[in-house]
Amino acid sequence: MAAAVPSVFLLMVNGQVESAQFPEYDDLYCKYCFVYGQDWAPTAGLEEGISQITSKSQDVRRVLVWNFPIDVTFKSTNPYGCPLAFPHLLTLLWPSQGPQIVLSVYGPDVFGNDVVRGYGAVHVPFSPGRHKRTIPMFVPESTSKLQKFTSWFMGRRPEFTDPKVVAQGEGREVTRVRSQGFVTLLFNVVTKDLRKLGYDAGPADTAGALGPSPAGGTLP
Amino acid sequence: MNPNEEKVNIITEEFLENDEDAHVGSKKKNSKVQRQKRMRQPLTTGPMEMVSEKSHPSNPQEPVQEEPETHLLSMTTRRGPRSLPPIPSASRTGFAEFSMRERMREKLQAARSKAESALLQEIPTPRPRRLRSPSEKELETGFGMEPGKEILRIQKEDDPHSRVKFRDSVRKIKSKPPIPPGLPSAEQAYNFFTFNFDPEPEDSEEKPKTKRRDATNQEGEEEREEGAPVQGGDHQTDEEGLLDGKDVDDFLLGLDQAAEDFVAVRPADYESAHARMQMEKEILFIPSRLTVPTYKKLPENVQPRFLEDEGLYIGERPMVLRSNQNIMENRLLTQEPGRRWFGDDGRILALPNPIKPFPSRPPVLTQEQDSKAELETLYKKAVKYVHSNQHMIGSGDPPGNFQLDIDILGLIFTHHPCFSREHVLAAKLAQLYDQYLARCQRNKTKFLTDKLQALRNAVQTGLNPSKPHKSLEVAQRAINEYKSEIRQTRKLRDSEQEKDRTLLKSIIKVWKEIKSLREFQRFMNTPLKLVLRKEKVDQKADEEAYEAEIQMEISELLEEHLEEYEEKMEEFRAAHQQWKSWKKAQKAKKKKKKQAVEEDPNEEAAEPCSKEEPVKPVPPERTDRAVIEQQVRERAAQGRRMPGEPRLVPELSLAGSVTPNDQCPRAEILRREDVKRRSVYVKVLFNNKEVSRTASRQMGADFRVHFGQIFNLQIFNWPESLTLQVYEIVGHSGTTLLAEVFLPIPETTVVTGRAPIEEVEFSSNQHVTLDHEGVGSGVPFSFEADGSNQMTLMTSGKVSNSVAWAIGENGIPLIPPLSQQNIGFRSALKRADAISSVGTSGLTDMKKLAKWAAESKLDPNDPNNAPLMQLISIATSGESYIPDFFRLEQLQQEFNFISDDELNRSKRFRLLHLRSQEVPEFRNYKQIPVYDREIMEKVFQDYEKRLQDRNVIETKDHIGAHRAVVAKYLQQVRESVINRFLIAKHHFLLSDVIVEEDVPNISILGLSLFKLAEQKRPLRPRRKGRKKVTAQNLSDGDIKLLVNIIRAYDIPVRKPTASKSQQPSRSSRTFSEKHAASTATHSPTHSAEPFRQVLVRPFVEVSFQRTICHTTTAEGPNPSWNEELELPFRAPNGDYSTASLQSVKDDVFINIFDEVLYDVLEDDRERGSGIHTRIERHWLGCVKIPFSTIYFQARIDGTFKIDIPPVLLGYSKERNLILERGFDSVRSLSEGSYITLFITIEPQLVPGESIREKFDSQEDEKLLQATEKFQTECNLKFPNRQCLTTVIDISGKTVFITRYLKPLNPPQELLNAYPNNPQATAELMARYVSLIPFLPDTVSFAGICDLWSTSDQFLDLLAGDEEEHAVLLCNYFLSLGKKAWLMMGNAIPEGPTAYVLTWEQSHYLMWNPCSGHFYGQFDTFCPLKSVSCLIGPDNIWFNIQQYDSPLRMNFDVTKPKLWKSFFSRSLPYPGLSSIQPEELIYQRTDKAAAAELQDRIEKILKEKIMDWRPRHLTRWNRYCTSTLRHFLPLLERSQGDVEDDHRAELLKQLGDYRFSGFPLHMPYSEVKPLIEAVYSTGVHNIDVPNVEFALAVYIHPYPQNVLSVWIYVASLIRNR
Repeated sequence: MAAAVPSVFLLMVNGQVESAQFPEYDDLYCKYCFVYGQDWAPTAGLEEGISQITSKSQDVRRVLVWNFPIDVTFKSTNPYGCPLAFPHLLTLLWPSQGPQIVLSVYGPDVFGNDVVRGYGAVHVPFSPGRHKRTIPMFVPESTSKLQKFTSWFMGRRPEFTDPKVVAQGEGREVTRVRSQGFVTLLFNVVTKDLRKLGYDAGPADTAGALGPSPAGGTLP
Repeated sequence: MNPNEEKVNIITEEFLENDEDAHVGSKKKNSKVQRQKRMRQPLTTGPMEMVSEKSHPSNPQEPVQEEPETHLLSMTTRRGPRSLPPIPSASRTGFAEFSMRERMREKLQAARSKAESALLQEIPTPRPRRLRSPSEKELETGFGMEPGKEILRIQKEDDPHSRVKFRDSVRKIKSKPPIPPGLPSAEQAYNFFTFNFDPEPEDSEEKPKTKRRDATNQEGEEEREEGAPVQGGDHQTDEEGLLDGKDVDDFLLGLDQAAEDFVAVRPADYESAHARMQMEKEILFIPSRLTVPTYKKLPENVQPRFLEDEGLYIGERPMVLRSNQNIMENRLLTQEPGRRWFGDDGRILALPNPIKPFPSRPPVLTQEQDSKAELETLYKKAVKYVHSNQHMIGSGDPPGNFQLDIDILGLIFTHHPCFSREHVLAAKLAQLYDQYLARCQRNKTKFLTDKLQALRNAVQTGLNPSKPHKSLEVAQRAINEYKSEIRQTRKLRDSEQEKDRTLLKSIIKVWKEIKSLREFQRFMNTPLKLVLRKEKVDQKADEEAYEAEIQMEISELLEEHLEEYEEKMEEFRAAHQQWKSWKKAQKAKKKKKKQAVEEDPNEEAAEPCSKEEPVKPVPPERTDRAVIEQQVRERAAQGRRMPGEPRLVPELSLAGSVTPNDQCPRAEILRREDVKRRSVYVKVLFNNKEVSRTASRQMGADFRVHFGQIFNLQIFNWPESLTLQVYEIVGHSGTTLLAEVFLPIPETTVVTGRAPIEEVEFSSNQHVTLDHEGVGSGVPFSFEADGSNQMTLMTSGKVSNSVAWAIGENGIPLIPPLSQQNIGFRSALKRADAISSVGTSGLTDMKKLAKWAAESKLDPNDPNNAPLMQLISIATSGESYIPDFFRLEQLQQEFNFISDDELNRSKRFRLLHLRSQEVPEFRNYKQIPVYDREIMEKVFQDYEKRLQDRNVIETKDHIGAHRAVVAKYLQQVRESVINRFLIAKHHFLLSDVIVEEDVPNISILGLSLFKLAEQKRPLRPRRKGRKKVTAQNLSDGDIKLLVNIIRAYDIPVRKPTASKSQQPSRSSRTFSEKHAASTATHSPTHSAEPFRQVLVRPFVEVSFQRTICHTTTAEGPNPSWNEELELPFRAPNGDYSTASLQSVKDDVFINIFDEVLYDVLEDDRERGSGIHTRIERHWLGCVKIPFSTIYFQARIDGTFKIDIPPVLLGYSKERNLILERGFDSVRSLSEGSYITLFITIEPQLVPGESIREKFDSQEDEKLLQATEKFQTECNLKFPNRQCLTTVIDISGKTVFITRYLKPLNPPQELLNAYPNNPQATAELMARYVSLIPFLPDTVSFAGICDLWSTSDQFLDLLAGDEEEHAVLLCNYFLSLGKKAWLMMGNAIPEGPTAYVLTWEQSHYLMWNPCSGHFYGQFDTFCPLKSVSCLIGPDNIWFNIQQYDSPLRMNFDVTKPKLWKSFFSRSLPYPGLSSIQPEELIYQRTDKAAAAELQDRIEKILKEKIMDWRPRHLTRWNRYCTSTLRHFLPLLERSQGDVEDDHRAELLKQLGDYRFSGFPLHMPYSEVKPLIEAVYSTGVHNIDVPNVEFALAVYIHPYPQNVLSVWIYVASLIRNR
């Protein structure tokens, strides 16, 4: 292949949605999806996923473990959608940045209705290697006490129209959210041709296959 | 001198000696000192002192011990390390406060301890002491004067008593057995006692005791003096080690130690005074008040640096007393050795003064005053603050209002058209006399004469050598100066004298003229009278003076001349000398030359004429005395009064009497009448705005007008101009502006009361000729009878006025901030204001401003003045560069990794840039390549082309320049509006981001409860609401358009092919057609046919975005398909955002075709064995629904009228049949064919909401509030009915809707068409309006609300949506005199739309402005389904009836129960002006251009049809085409109701062709829709081999480029 002159670089992400800590809730499942800019395109793997329902562990830690695998490969020409050479254009927050993983966690409430327990997003790390991320999760708040009561009563909590909202900056100013818990994610990132295209993403790129850390299965 | 001081002096001296001495002899000397002291003390202190003194030697610590007790009341100070030697620290100075006695003691002690400590410490550091003593002394003297010291002393005198008493008490204690632990310590006891005792009674009690002790002590004094100190010293040293513990220990130890001798032991209890001092020195610090020398405050070897001198700005330091500052400095220096508190200039660092110059806190109310009285509220009218700070420099100017008082006293005309000749002269005389008076007042002649005299005297005295001490040279110079001054003065005086004389002469001359005039005309107009008073002069004295004067002058002149002569002589001599020497030289040269010539003859030629010969000077001539005398006398005779001549003093008086009217000639009476009719008033203009005017006053006979009015102008802005306009009213006819008088703006010092009354002259250039005695203005007239010596006078006059600044209540002038230069207002007005001191003109004159800045000593370093200084520096330095920008990112360049040029050249960055700018072409560009080289150049081509096209007017697709301009304009408006709302588009609401259930209210809860109880009816399915999808994550193929075609009615049926049997019937038809359509013949043959063969086999084809779907074929004119067609939807550029979806311009075409089967079997023999048929489809009609309508409506459900061409050859409506069946009533209602459709988008898209921005408006705020209220009220009642009160005009402003309605003239052509038929005229109007192309606003202004353009804009743009059409139609109807309203409602398929409602004599008509059709109120097929409000030119009515369907409504808007009106009794119609133009101006359409366009379109269409048939040959039947072309104008004229006529003709001409074709009719906007329409008919799809085509285009031009396009397409198949 024309390896000398690559026209895209690849970002391979595998990992897992390991566990979560939601002290108040139990029996949760989680959905993930990726949000990426115009210069990014998935080439392999799954862009979206929905996990099993998990219950809290019986030990002291009370963690919710999913160990739900993520496996996706992106190709891109441009790590940032917004050209940084034009900083004044950053105001137009066109959603075209590097890939972000958006997580949304759901679970039953008192009446058994499926309600959202948290939204969260994090950028997929660029630098090759193993990355562990703990994301704080939040949910939108009701606009009033009465709303809160009725939404609790009816089992229809306020939700984002689209979970991908949490990966964007636009329109957030109208929302109020409350933090709920944490989700721990594990990424194993491999990049290709990133350095050839002139992007220095991290220390271990040149080293190549230095020590491919075995992914997955680290947690019970 | 105070004895105290003396003593101290001595003491210190001695002390110093002691110090320097060895400590051996110290004791002796000390005793001596003490003795001395004792001797003197009685003088000042008295016996009590003596007592105390005696005890000192025995225990010298005591007094000091007590000092803190009494003064400081501190226990802790007593303790502390005493081991330290007495360090003479700086703190000693603080001890100056102690009385001298203590000082003595202290010094003694110090000396003693010194003696002791000298053993330990070798260097006693004597120097500081020496230095300090004088300062001590100084302080002492200062302090000694104070009366407060006496008190101090008394206090100290008290001390001994207590001490004595204490000693007694101690004794008592000592005699007792040892103290039990619970008892109070010595100190406590001591305190206890000392505090309890009242000093006064104690005094008397203790006296005997002390006296006794005095006696006893005196004997052993010597002994003790020697012994005690030693002991004390021992003890001290002992205690140093031991007595560090608590007081109790101290005391107990003391007790133990002093077991044998109480007196001697006592010191253990009390620290010695010296020690105390030491301790205090360590603990307490009393800073000196003396100035700290600068070198101490600065680091070593650093000179103080004054920043201010270096030009840096230093704010004003807060005011701190010098002594306090010193104390602080001393304190800081001792406290922290570092000098961080001191600035470079050696002063304490200080911030600029934060203290306001005046208190802002309200004064504290005293208790006695009634607080309510203080807090009395005053009503003040709200002052609108329109502070335009154009000339107010500085941001914090007090927004006070300033007042300018303009006093207009009156006005005097110096010339007026009504002046009679006499007036003219009188005015002249008055003027001259005024001049005379002014001259007299100044009396310059006298002044100059005196000056001359004085100068002469000075010269005389200067010449006298009486003052020898002045050097000759100086004197000479002075005399010379004097002389030159004399000369000057004399000249001046002479000219003045001459002027005086001529003035006098001219006065007399004018007066004579007046007199002669009066005589001539035999009446008097003016009371002027001139009296010449002669003042006798002493002939002789006068003559002498005259002569002396002349002599003096002559002598002076002579002298002058002499001097001049001398000078010239000197000059002459010098010149002569020069000339001589030159001559000599010349001679010498000549000689030389001769020699030279001999040597070199060649050189000679060059030499000779090189130098000019100097002219030989001429000696000057002497002046002759006689000549001078002659001159002087002449001049004197001319300019001066002759000696002996009486001095004339003119006196002008108004003593004369004016001739009464009855004695005057008629012309003069007329003139006087005229004068009386005239009155004058003055307008006051401030900054070119009229602020007030005087009352108009009649002009007096003397042409004076008295106003005497004062105008107080309350102003905000600095006055730029003050103008008075003088108006004259003549009778009742009118006012004329006579003149403008510009008043100077008063100096800031000019305040009311001090302002002088000034006369400002004015004049006007008007020309007035009068028919009476008045001389007129600007008209030449003459005094002479022969008309010679003409003069022209202009109306002129003087306004006497005064302008001054008013003075406020508190005496502060109400002037905009003024300079402090000449007025001493300190606080508020202190700030210098350039304008008030320089004047407004100074603002433009930078030099002046700079001068002012220099004079007022502005601190150039003060940041407040920075802009001013900058301005001045620029102005004065002449640099024209003014940085009028503010650099935001100064460092941007540092961060640029490549230059901007390079960045711009990079294709990749350009692409990124364009994409982030959301340029439509690149908005969805995915995966921008990494390298420039991978980016194709053509990526940008489209974009660049578009950019270019924006500027280039493309004429190809347009009728010409006009259309192009309109299109361009539309594009520009669109772009500007889009830019305007770009930000608003990024505005999110909560509901956009978060899905949240609404709080159910009672009604919904109740309804849902009710629903729970409702029976389930499974057999009655309900339409479920679909989930709406926001256009976020959609992609191609996700969206489908669902078209459900249910059924159709009244499809035209085929006519049997031309047969012989029909021939007669046809002829009868044509005949009958001419009379009435209703009486159509129906032959029996017709009725038979339908049963014999299928009438029509229609099917429906839906085409959208070039995707075509069709239903199955049904049969009969009323088919029912009930089929769902699914068409994919593709958004432009793959952009599924709301904005992009809104701007989709595609239409959904629903075409109805007839499927015709033709038997193509060539051979009858095969009929039995095979079927050969060809399917042909014949277009019957179409329904066109814009995608945008579907998008906004979400679903479209209803029955639509099929747009069937007026002529459908081969088909006819089934009306005859129906008639026969007896559906007459139905027929009349349904003239067309109808199709029932259901269209929706799957999934349902959420249409973008209109912009929620509030637009600015020029409407009255009250009106806007009312509209809001009205709308909310209406929405509350009927949320489904749209209530429209305000709309947005094309410039983005909110406009009240009724302003759009106003009668407007329709084109005259249309009015002339049917002069006698109003109904036809109305229909023509509707047709005209409907021919204006339709362009939905949502398409042109994507994502933006409805914009309403006015009718003239609409006609200019030739594009608009329903509202514009409706407004124009309504306006036409209004101008026709109809009652017409704009009707807002819902129609199919448009959704919310606007119709026009008119009231014909007995019924209402509803007009669809876009199609031109009209419907009766009870027309069931009216597309208007609901009506929400009616809008008239002066009101809005909202439908509050139960039903909104027009069928069930009452349109009587006068009924308030049915229609809620906006303007009512509570809010009357304010008479809003219309925004429509006065009149519409129509351009005649260029017929030639229309014809040209017609040809072009025809050509284009033909080409297109050929293109669409790539596999077939397309033949054009020229004959048919020309027939059609002739026929089309007919169609236009009759608006398409000539079917049968036409058919007959066609058949006649094309007898052997099977003909299928139809005319299409459209308003013209662009070519593309025409092509689209032709394509949709599918004419080109015929693939019969021998088919021929015919296509004709006709364009009928209406005024204002409204074009009606007819396209006739037909296919012909030759019958065999």
